[in-house]
Amino acid sequence: MKKYVSFAISLMLWACAQEEQKRLPILGEREAVTKEVNGKSITDTIYQTIPSFTFINQDSMAVTSKDFDNSIYVADFFFTSCPSICPTMSKNLLKVLNKYQGNSEVKILSHSIDSKYDTPWVLKRYADKLGVEGNQWQFVHGSQQDIYTMADKYMVYAKEDAEAPGGFEHQGWFILIDKEKRIRGAYDGTNDDQVAQLMRDMDILLSEYSNDKK
Amino acid sequence: MTKNSLILVCFFLAVITCVINGCQGQQEIKKAQFFTNGQSLYSAKCENCHGAKGEGLGNLYPPLTDTAFVRSIRHELACIVKHGLHKELIVDNRTFDTEMPANPALTDQEIAYILTYVGNAFGNELGLIDTEEVSVHLKNCAAKNSARSIDR
Repeated sequence: MKKYVSFAISLMLWACAQEEQKRLPILGEREAVTKEVNGKSITDTIYQTIPSFTFINQDSMAVTSKDFDNSIYVADFFFTSCPSICPTMSKNLLKVLNKYQGNSEVKILSHSIDSKYDTPWVLKRYADKLGVEGNQWQFVHGSQQDIYTMADKYMVYAKEDAEAPGGFEHQGWFILIDKEKRIRGAYDGTNDDQVAQLMRDMDILLSEYSNDKK
Repeated sequence: MTKNSLILVCFFLAVITCVINGCQGQQEIKKAQFFTNGQSLYSAKCENCHGAKGEGLGNLYPPLTDTAFVRSIRHELACIVKHGLHKELIVDNRTFDTEMPANPALTDQEIAYILTYVGNAFGNELGLIDTEEVSVHLKNCAAKNSARSIDR
């Protein structure tokens, strides 16, 4: 009997250790690149990454991809006058912000897909009313083309559509990006369970970096 | 008074009590039906902004838990749901000015369902808000609403 108990305990410990080492998958397109290094040919995998960008935030300041270099971040696409899924998305991102408040390794990037109406001033008012302060959660404004091109890079569908509620058709995904700008997860921003999963995955991703440092 | 007439009076009183109770029972059943139908409409049409518990969202969307406020605008609720709202409100001691979108496709009955739900959830106790009440209120808001849009 004793033998079984100790076996069960060691199995549990092993399972816990496995959990700690868990890593998130890398999503998106990838290609294998073969290079000559010191006369040997080495095959490397190049993952899809988010290209560099410059947008204007709620404080009318430029925000670039460099501002996200040393942090993991959650990206989404929304608009302030959205009558459908956006309020739920914003409420859920508030949960994420509250959990990681003050953690310089975690940021949130919300792109407005309504470039005509959502000027930086409108974004500022939205952020204020939501109770968001500081620069951990950036609300950005850009030209329609730049924003929509960016949505494609995050693999999120967003298009202007007069038939849709509020005039835009878009998906409510939260996309998790790592420090290397790779896509590490996609979550339905209107679903509480998936948002909880996002936060668990963010913990895993953060621990990947702290483990690698050790 | 003879014994017989006393019995007769008691009998009538009993009948009247039964009828009144019966009516209240029917009213309660109707309220429960409206409440249940309203709950699913609420989660489809209202919950995104006003929240599953009527808590609202920050200073963007007002809560529905300010019972005194909800009671004070009972006669305007139907118009707000149907035609939206473009004016400032002070709810829960806070000012809200985010535009509420209109829901022109909702029928009077559906609005009655929603209002019976909101009016009896989140701490509110407005009782049944039936389709007739909604129709009367909606007739009165038509003119006011067009004035509202001109205001903007």
